Amino acid sequence: MDKMKNIKTELPDPSALKEEILKRYPRKIAKKREKSIVINDPDAIPEVQANVRTIPGIITQRGCTYAGCKGVILGPSRDIVNIVHGPIGCSFYAWLTRRNQTQPPTPDSPNFMTYCFSTDMQDSNIVFGGEQKLRQAIKEAYELFHPYSISVFSTCPVGLIGDDIHAACREMKAELGINIFGFSCEGYKGVSQSAGHHIANNRVFTDVVGRKTDKGRLGKFQVNLMGEYNIGGDAFVIEKYFKEMGITLLASFSGNSTIESYEYSQDADVNMVMCHRSINYIAEMMEKKYGIPWFKVNFIGANSSAKSLRKLAEYFGDKELIEKTELLIEREMARVKAVADRVRPKVEGKRAMLFVGGSRAHHYQELFNELGIETLSAGYEFGHRDDYEGRHVIPTIKVDADSRNIEELTVVKSETLFKPELQDKKLLLEQKGFKFEHYEGMMPTMKKNSLVIDDINHWETEKIIEMMKPDLFCAGIKEKYVVQKHGIPLKQLHSYDYGGPYAGFEGAINFYLEMERMLACDIWKMVDAPWKHEPSIMGSMVYE
Amino acid sequence: MKEEKEYIATRNACKLCNPLGACLAYKGIKGCVPLIHGSQGCSTYIRRYMISHFREPVDIASSNFTEESTIFGGRQNCHQAVGNIIKQYNPEIIAAATTCLSETIGDDIEKYLKEYKAEFPDAPDFIYANTPSYQGTHADGFHEAVAATVRSLAKRTKKNTHINLFPGMYSPADLRYLKRVMDNYKTNYVLLPDYSETLDGSSWSEYKKIPDGGTSKEAIITTADAQASIEFGAIFNKAGGSTNKNGRSKETAASYLETTFGVPALRLPWPVGVEATDLFFKTLSEVTGVEKPDEYVKERGRLIDAYADGHKYVFGKKAVIYGEEDLVLSIYRFLNEIGVDTILIASGGKSGALASEIEKLTMGEMKMPEIIDNADFEEIAARSRELKPDIMIGHSKGYYIARELNIPLVRIGFPIHDRLGGQRLLHIGYEGTNDLFEKIVNAFIEKNQESSEVGYKYM
Ligand code: SF4
Ligand code: SF4
Repeated sequence: MDKMKNIKTELPDPSALKEEILKRYPRKIAKKREKSIVINDPDAIPEVQANVRTIPGIITQRGCTYAGCKGVILGPSRDIVNIVHGPIGCSFYAWLTRRNQTQPPTPDSPNFMTYCFSTDMQDSNIVFGGEQKLRQAIKEAYELFHPYSISVFSTCPVGLIGDDIHAACREMKAELGINIFGFSCEGYKGVSQSAGHHIANNRVFTDVVGRKTDKGRLGKFQVNLMGEYNIGGDAFVIEKYFKEMGITLLASFSGNSTIESYEYSQDADVNMVMCHRSINYIAEMMEKKYGIPWFKVNFIGANSSAKSLRKLAEYFGDKELIEKTELLIEREMARVKAVADRVRPKVEGKRAMLFVGGSRAHHYQELFNELGIETLSAGYEFGHRDDYEGRHVIPTIKVDADSRNIEELTVVKSETLFKPELQDKKLLLEQKGFKFEHYEGMMPTMKKNSLVIDDINHWETEKIIEMMKPDLFCAGIKEKYVVQKHGIPLKQLHSYDYGGPYAGFEGAINFYLEMERMLACDIWKMVDAPWKHEPSIMGSMVYE
Repeated sequence: MKEEKEYIATRNACKLCNPLGACLAYKGIKGCVPLIHGSQGCSTYIRRYMISHFREPVDIASSNFTEESTIFGGRQNCHQAVGNIIKQYNPEIIAAATTCLSETIGDDIEKYLKEYKAEFPDAPDFIYANTPSYQGTHADGFHEAVAATVRSLAKRTKKNTHINLFPGMYSPADLRYLKRVMDNYKTNYVLLPDYSETLDGSSWSEYKKIPDGGTSKEAIITTADAQASIEFGAIFNKAGGSTNKNGRSKETAASYLETTFGVPALRLPWPVGVEATDLFFKTLSEVTGVEKPDEYVKERGRLIDAYADGHKYVFGKKAVIYGEEDLVLSIYRFLNEIGVDTILIASGGKSGALASEIEKLTMGEMKMPEIIDNADFEEIAARSRELKPDIMIGHSKGYYIARELNIPLVRIGFPIHDRLGGQRLLHIGYEGTNDLFEKIVNAFIEKNQESSEVGYKYM
């Protein structure tokens, strides 16, 4: 299966490039950035400094804690009204911009994702406090929609004026009789979106998961999918496979999801974690409290999709399930192969860079490998060391003022809902080599001498483009036009450039075709990049 | 006449936030890097929004507040940010805008910047604007930044050298139009801000850290020397004499130059529609002593001709318009001219001056349209369901309403992120009016054509 694992070749040593980048920085900054710009060696993974503050004045890709909390984790569920407590901008900017899709079961099932509820704080609220306005806003949202749940998000100024959003939520919950909860996710709380993911995980775990205990079994194989955000319809593809295999998806955190389903998600037999960065906390906590094991999956790339589906079937160990899964994989892989065989020769040997997210910069390398596209350089926007180097480094990660800021919950085993049989099953499987709670990270799968850069900024982006001249750059809308000014196409991996789905087998096919289109497009030849005037001197990689 | 129920919360806001407007204006200054003083999220969101409209690189730095800075103030962050901007960009100007956060903690950005300059006299010039969003919208931020720029740089040296032009929140195409007009008048001018190139550049042969274009520092300094300032808009400069946090009255760039340097301020409506554009050209001819160039006489003639050709498609149709106050005011005036009934005007602004300005334009003869100040799209939706307009005119965010009502949306203003070319939409002058007019007419024709069973090719 792993036909792409022939990537043992090395890339040229980029030390000169690294030096060139650091040279321009003031000494202190150079010292700091040096640790985040690392030359990879898959056999002896070097340490990457990650999840540390971006230096003021340096233009980063990163967003804020609130963006991670509201936009990422809570945003994609349709039956909850999310109220942003703060001035208008924070709410407005997060209004339907992430492109996660949702499919209400019937046309009149609730879907509040199209709203950007806000308390739109004004002068007087800043001076006299906004709690009263917040209470009214909650009440209004309730009267207007009668949603299943309401949640509240504090933005920066709110943290300062001392509004107690949690008290307001508790009161309104008692008064209105629906679940209402708040997130203290002020933007400054953490170094990036990542802090917001954690804050969201915590509150969803304490205030949502496990509220419904009378659901009963809904299927033979019950699973939760975590960290799959249904951008461009990715989740729809995966859901289709589950359905065919006879897997019951209880809850998806968070894509095409409902808060209601989270409330009985503790009934799952297993949790599958797709984006490790944003959601591993809740998987961990659910294992402690309910005994549900988790393992990492990846549905980006045909091979890794097949691997993930096989792993799921293997977990349950059911003969019929395994057969169905193999049939599905065989059928789909044949389709994938047909397209790959056609596209691969056209794009093979092209070189890509990926700077995005907390897992996408890793996951999408799978698709590139399948096409023979080489990854020169990659990094995360808000990843931690474990996302680069693997989960085994977690105990060695330094805790700093910013990470201390985010509460680590103490989780105790549930007397009534803990499922020891799942833990027994886990033990048995582990003896057979099945890996739970495992994520190898990005670097072990990348070539020697590929350049790993955490929280890449504008200056570094320009430099590596100029010097390495990739054929394709993957990032987000903020980087798109900068990169394209250099005459290099940029593929957005947040919004997919309004394309997709890219998950699963059909997603892989879509992506292959997209690569064919992008990399063979003549437009880029018309953009006059500086180096097009000078012949390359050093073969595949050129430093000024 | 609002919905029966007054909402306390905002459901779907019809405004963006204050520092976004400021950054837009700063982007129109040559060699300038904007800096948002607050947490990094605001800057990231604002960049993201501007980039998806302009489809150009938009660098905006942030002072990246930490929890600590919220307690001890953002001085250190501000200084670090400035230092790093200088190192990376070597800009001529660093222009700061505050956020809700830095304003809430009472950070004194002016002081921080002065301290920096005292320590490093070689540092570039600084501009700063107080732009908390709990006090205004993106339109306010835009004008505040222009005023702040003039306040910090304008110095009198000579006299009557040129004309100042202070546009509204225009598109790069609009700004180019104004520049062409001034060139055709063979008149010296300073246009501030001018992001016609910085936010709508060509592809580059050499990567530029700070894109070319923008009003130069030297030009901004001379705004004090002008013979007159022309300021476009009737509302932003009337914002009820409100004051900002520092007790400064919301003085516009033109009024500051008038009171401080005696440069007469001429206030003109946005040149949208024949009448308002005539007024612009008339004023320009009066001030410069140059006769209206023939080119514009012809352009005007073509517009009138187009009105005559297209009139039958639009007359008596009902429109809903939304956006910044000065924008909707100018569109209202233009729609009157072409015989479209505006039945609802909505703006996220709340200067309190919109209704009275609209009333002036009805001249006591026409029926007042419904007006929603401080608007929420949900209010617009609710009223529109009842009023049953034939068309909506505004930016991308109202699309969902047009979709629900199954009527065309003609996209103008900012933000436009569901069509290509928002930055190249021309709204002003005879030419821009013609563009708008054709878009509106064609929207109706298309709608008729598509809903016709016959499929006529002649419409
Ligand atoms: S805090 Fe204020 S400045 Fe920042 S995004 Fe929110 S509204 Fe805009
Ligand atoms: S104010 Fe805070 S929460 Fe709002 S966008 Fe800015 S950083 Fe994020």
